[in-house]
Amino acid sequence: MPALPREEVAHLARLARIDMPDAELDHLADQLTAIVDAVASVTGAVAAAERATGEPVPATSHPVPLTNVTRPDVVHGVLTAADALAAAPEAEDDKFRVPRILGEDA
Amino acid sequence: MSDLTRLDAAAMAAALAAREVSAVELTQAHLDRIAEVDGPVEAGVHAFLHVDGEGALARAAELDADRARGEELHPLAGVPVAVKDVMVTRGLPSTAGSRMLEGWIPPYDATVVEKMHAAGLVTLGKTNMDEFAMGSSTEHSAFGPTRNPWAFDRIPGGSGGGSAAALAAFEAPLATGTDTGGSIRQPAALTGTVGVKPTYGGVSRYGLIALASSLDQGGPCARTVLDTALLHEVMGGHDPRDSTSLKDPVPAVVAAAREGARGDLTGVRVGVVAELGGTGHAEGFQSGVLQRFAEALDHLRAAGAEVVEVSCPSLEHALGAYYLILPSEASSNLARYDGMRYGLRVMPDGVHPSEVTAEQVMAATRAKGFGAEAKRRIILGTYALSSGYYDAYYGSAQKIRTLVQRDFNAAFEQVDVLVSPTAPTTAFTLGEKLDDPLAMYLGDVATIPANLAGIPGMSLPVGLAPEDGLPVGLQLLAPVREDARLYRVGAALEARLKADWGGLLLDRIPAWTPAPTIPATSLATTAGASA
Repeated sequence: MPALPREEVAHLARLARIDMPDAELDHLADQLTAIVDAVASVTGAVAAAERATGEPVPATSHPVPLTNVTRPDVVHGVLTAADALAAAPEAEDDKFRVPRILGEDA
Repeated sequence: MSDLTRLDAAAMAAALAAREVSAVELTQAHLDRIAEVDGPVEAGVHAFLHVDGEGALARAAELDADRARGEELHPLAGVPVAVKDVMVTRGLPSTAGSRMLEGWIPPYDATVVEKMHAAGLVTLGKTNMDEFAMGSSTEHSAFGPTRNPWAFDRIPGGSGGGSAAALAAFEAPLATGTDTGGSIRQPAALTGTVGVKPTYGGVSRYGLIALASSLDQGGPCARTVLDTALLHEVMGGHDPRDSTSLKDPVPAVVAAAREGARGDLTGVRVGVVAELGGTGHAEGFQSGVLQRFAEALDHLRAAGAEVVEVSCPSLEHALGAYYLILPSEASSNLARYDGMRYGLRVMPDGVHPSEVTAEQVMAATRAKGFGAEAKRRIILGTYALSSGYYDAYYGSAQKIRTLVQRDFNAAFEQVDVLVSPTAPTTAFTLGEKLDDPLAMYLGDVATIPANLAGIPGMSLPVGLAPEDGLPVGLQLLAPVREDARLYRVGAALEARLKADWGGLLLDRIPAWTPAPTIPATSLATTAGASA
């Protein structure tokens, strides 16, 4: 099983939007390598099960199957703007105020 | 009435109904107990992150007034409850154990919180937990660990260590939990208390801060099987605000617990899961845990149950599948903590405020707001879901999930309930596994399969391990929607053990002394690991 090199962990941290100093990356790379080694046996286990039965094993994404859960389209109580904005780090004119989102290079 | 906090919830409810005690007196007794034992973190149990004494007494006074007017109240009205901090409470802090939500006051109540309020349960406060419910020791709380009331240098289990410790320390008779891979059952086992993970969908997830949505399930925690059932019936039921909520009525768990308490299990078939500490699979299981488990099986046989061993070979891969599915779902759920609309916002260093971008703020916020375990799992999930690895990891894990379900289905054709030790060991020492995530994960081996399959599970105490004098839990598992079976068999076992012991296991807990036995270094390790 491939080890998780530090460069890959740095890439994943960027994808996950978490700033991570070098020391933390090193430590995490070692730990994640050990964890991935331990969990990677699932791939072989599925292959073995499929060989034993000659049938593909379907995936389960949800423990109790439910399909097309609907409800009547009725207006319920909703949060007021004041309630929703009460916890905002910054608010202005009844809106969330956020840093600029355009012109980024990442 | 002396020592009200030692009563179980059913006895408290009876005393309230008979007007032998008022809700205010009962609430005050618990607030006094919390003041006596809970803090500070260096020297107390630290089961609570927030105590709402004023709100609890005000609610209790309302209920007393309602009762005095002759209003018909829910049988549990006036009984206190401790709420896990992962459940949002309008007007009360709800941090889920994370700096990310420090100071956040939710503008709404979780459905279970609404239901408990409507039933007249009095919320004492919010209990400590591993950050965003990621952990098995409560050491990953950003606000410091909870201690095990049985031995202050030991962990109380996790993630719901605060709720379990509050019960064991007689700070509350009832508590709530959420169980994604054992976070209700494992702390129950390690503290000598009872906890139930209901069938997936049996308790609404609306207002439960999400970890892994296909695994998360709220449930009840208490000191007896009957009390757990009483709370289960309050918490359970369909909720149109949770699209994964089952439409079924709440299972008749209180009736099942009362029936079971008669101690007769004639005709009940009990399957011992071979792969969880059974024949040929004892490795990793502490000898005292297996000894008490074997004695509990004798009790089940004496009650008339037929006990056989069954095999669920796919469970060998359940832990691996879980630690791929959980981080994948968690990395997605935790993407919401971006520092924009609520919670923590951290400005990056060295960038002029007018130049800073949302993405830089997000990365700085998440670096500061998440602890070590949350970061580990987010990165692991990001990896498992990334192109090139998705089929091998996440895809295979979902197929293992199918195999685990098939194994359980086959087992439940032979037996009515399955049993195993809840955890392979008793409570370990604070700090012992903090920086060894894999060792920590192995403690969840027996509880995880139920979450993958969506089936209900219970842990109840079956004695103290002879080698360390710490509680051992037995896990019961039942088929989807058959939660009542857990309560029937659990109550029967509890009744026989109580007759043996002359009371509850918790009656034997050492008296609380304020002298801390925890080494200062363990606490320092905790703080350092999330730096």
